[in-house]
Amino acid sequence: MSRTASTPAQRFNIGDRVRIDSRPSAGHCRAPSYLRGQEGTVTAIHGRFRNPEQLAYMKPGLPEVTLYKVRLQQTHIWQGYGGFSGDEIEVDIYEHWLLPAGHA
Amino acid sequence: MHDHHPGHGDGDPHAPQPDHDAGPASPYEVLERAIRELLIEKGALTADEIAHAIDIMDSRSPALGAQVVARAWADADFAERLRTDTRASLAELDIDIGELPEIRAVFNEPGVHNVIVCTLCSCYPKMLLGIPPAWYKSVAYRSRVVREPRPVLREFGLEVPDNQVVRVHDSTADLRYFVIPLRPPGTEEWDEARLAEIVTRDCMIGTAVPDIAVKRAA
Repeated sequence: MSRTASTPAQRFNIGDRVRIDSRPSAGHCRAPSYLRGQEGTVTAIHGRFRNPEQLAYMKPGLPEVTLYKVRLQQTHIWQGYGGFSGDEIEVDIYEHWLLPAGHA
Repeated sequence: MHDHHPGHGDGDPHAPQPDHDAGPASPYEVLERAIRELLIEKGALTADEIAHAIDIMDSRSPALGAQVVARAWADADFAERLRTDTRASLAELDIDIGELPEIRAVFNEPGVHNVIVCTLCSCYPKMLLGIPPAWYKSVAYRSRVVREPRPVLREFGLEVPDNQVVRVHDSTADLRYFVIPLRPPGTEEWDEARLAEIVTRDCMIGTAVPDIAVKRAA
């Protein structure tokens, strides 16, 4: 197991605008569907972890994938959000579910 | 509901109650028993090791997290280390969080209130808070707190001011989160032990903030 802070293969940096991919998934997946297709900002890079989509099926989960913390605005996620316009959701997303913002 | 026990429906406090293991075992109970007995029979584990692991799990309670919060309030350098290297700073308090998952502290600020959820299942910082409350795992909490956090917090008795950000942390992956609440006014002279007494489980989930008149149950 690895808790490396960064890696040369890392695709995004803190402050980058990203989109959570909206592709469908089958089986175990940690990218919540209510956030797919939403855009946010990378606020932390957690390091590299074994891929849970493989671990769930007794596979080794290798190569490890970089895990990011992404901050999203509630008013962008929910139409008619009733709270303060500054309210946020932060979520941990693996790199293979992230695209650069604006990407279709 | 139909009642076979005379007096039960009349509020008889001594009416017979079903035993917790009455009736057939659920498929998961059967599965657990079969796997446990096989592991012991094959020499992979001993009954003693299983009991020991349960003891370790039981030793985790919100008191542990409260100790961390109190230290962070009392010692700004510790708070900074908690922010930057949570694992190592907890080790300073002899708290071993074990292998994965990792844990992170999220700090409330005058303009930001943090609250924790896992919308995918029920991920919870067990290594610091012990076993989660049943509501934390409920569909109602998990689905509503991301969609309408303020009404949910209001139901917990917590009114977050309109100009303060509510930041919901959906712990979907290999990290667990716990909230470091703001130190309440009126506690300036308190020592760590006394501070820890007002840090409840819900304060560290983010559904409450410390109240100097409310002590943690245990």
